[in-house]
Amino acid sequence: MTTLKSTILIVDDDIDYLFQMKMKLEQIGFITITADSQREAELILEKTKPDLALLDLMMENEDSGFILSYKIKKKYPDVPVIISTAVAAETGITFDIQDENNRKWIKADLFLEKGIRTDVLKNEIDRLLAEKQNNAK
Amino acid sequence: MSTLKILVVDDEPGIRSGVSRILRNFRVDYPFMEEAFNFAVFEAPTGEEGIEIIENNRPDILLLDNKLPGIQGIEVLEYVRKKQYNIIVVMITSYASLELAVKATSDGASDFIPKPFTPQELRSSIENITKKIFLKKMTATLKDTGKQIRFQFLSVLSHELKAPLNAIEGYLKMAREHQLGDKIEDYNAIFDRSLERVHGMRTLILDLLDLTKVESGKSQRNIVDTDLVQAVRTAMDVIQPYSIQRDIQIKLHAPAQLMMKADPNELDIIFNNLISNAIKYNKASGCVDIFIEETVASIIIKVVDSGIGMTEAEMGKLFQDFVRIKNEKTKNITGSGLGLTIVKKLAENYRGSIEVTSIPDQGSTFIVSLPIEKACS
Repeated sequence: MTTLKSTILIVDDDIDYLFQMKMKLEQIGFITITADSQREAELILEKTKPDLALLDLMMENEDSGFILSYKIKKKYPDVPVIISTAVAAETGITFDIQDENNRKWIKADLFLEKGIRTDVLKNEIDRLLAEKQNNAK
Repeated sequence: MSTLKILVVDDEPGIRSGVSRILRNFRVDYPFMEEAFNFAVFEAPTGEEGIEIIENNRPDILLLDNKLPGIQGIEVLEYVRKKQYNIIVVMITSYASLELAVKATSDGASDFIPKPFTPQELRSSIENITKKIFLKKMTATLKDTGKQIRFQFLSVLSHELKAPLNAIEGYLKMAREHQLGDKIEDYNAIFDRSLERVHGMRTLILDLLDLTKVESGKSQRNIVDTDLVQAVRTAMDVIQPYSIQRDIQIKLHAPAQLMMKADPNELDIIFNNLISNAIKYNKASGCVDIFIEETVASIIIKVVDSGIGMTEAEMGKLFQDFVRIKNEKTKNITGSGLGLTIVKKLAENYRGSIEVTSIPDQGSTFIVSLPIEKACS
């Protein structure tokens, strides 16, 4: 475990989701930066390097999350990226996420369904941050 | 130009080269086809070699003699059927007996060409088959696109419905767990947000109901003589509290009366959507001008606002289901993203159309034109 608090960039155009996610992550001990659009996130990323990014998929563009993920990985290859989406599994739509070709260029580390439990999310974030630390060694 | 592959399986070299020669420069195109077809002919002297070519080249059409040196034509046909290949099989045989015809047809052969055949007979047979293949392809594509659109609609819809539920659930949990402390006032903001999301969800459901009505039942339409100007005035009255709240002036420029054959409910939905959009995407203290004009051929409804406007790219996306223009200026405006889809579909019910012109930061103009029904006497 890191002694310093890790900083997580949360990007989502649903301001309520953004607010709630910020509260949740701060409660479990992270520092958060929030952006409510792909554009705002891009501006933040120019000057700031978060320890991890949690991105919504559909914002200004229906693939905003993918674009952001691509840009983050290009600029900060070691920053883990989680893409969260509410695009429903129940409609049988798996989106492009499962597509091997897309995985290659999107390079997100994890795809999560929105609304997962906080403890599950915490485990995933801790795991990705630990991996990142191991890779850095 | 598409090329259909034809395999001819016959032990007589004269038949094989004849087919090749006849079809070499043959092409099929009809005015209703968007595509023209020509043909590439493969030849096989035996059933066994035929099957090899079927496996390697997957022809579209198979011209099959029954009487072959090794396995019989009917066996090749059975092979194709068992493998469920999408190949149209035509039997060519001089031994066409009723029994063989019945057997071959039940095995999936679609046509017979009696031997000997003239070039014209062969060509017209191939022409018919090509038409069949074309229509099959067309229906398959149509089905696929239809399915895909429905799929997309459902996925976006479930996204739009789940997002507010997640938000409200999150706030309720925060309140339930007293995360903001013990003072009820500290929860006002999250209650307001929850109510806002409930409101948004209700709008979405009402719009969905409108859309379902528009799409499902022309039988339910109630076309009567309606005063269009009165319909606008009614819509303006309904929206008035909202326009006062946002301090927006609405002006109507219209004749005293304009009768047309229409469903009053549909007109109501059209005006409601257009006018409330003009207020929603306006600037504070802005204005909305509504023009109703009659030309020789159509009735023109023009709604002009002094609002935030749109870029070309944004306009391009405007009429798609659930599309909401997302940028800094629209951030705090809620909507279902279905309003303009509904207006467009309704206008199309009257064989009309909707257009938009817009300049960012200056405003948008929506123009609905409805052709005038020639009165039948």
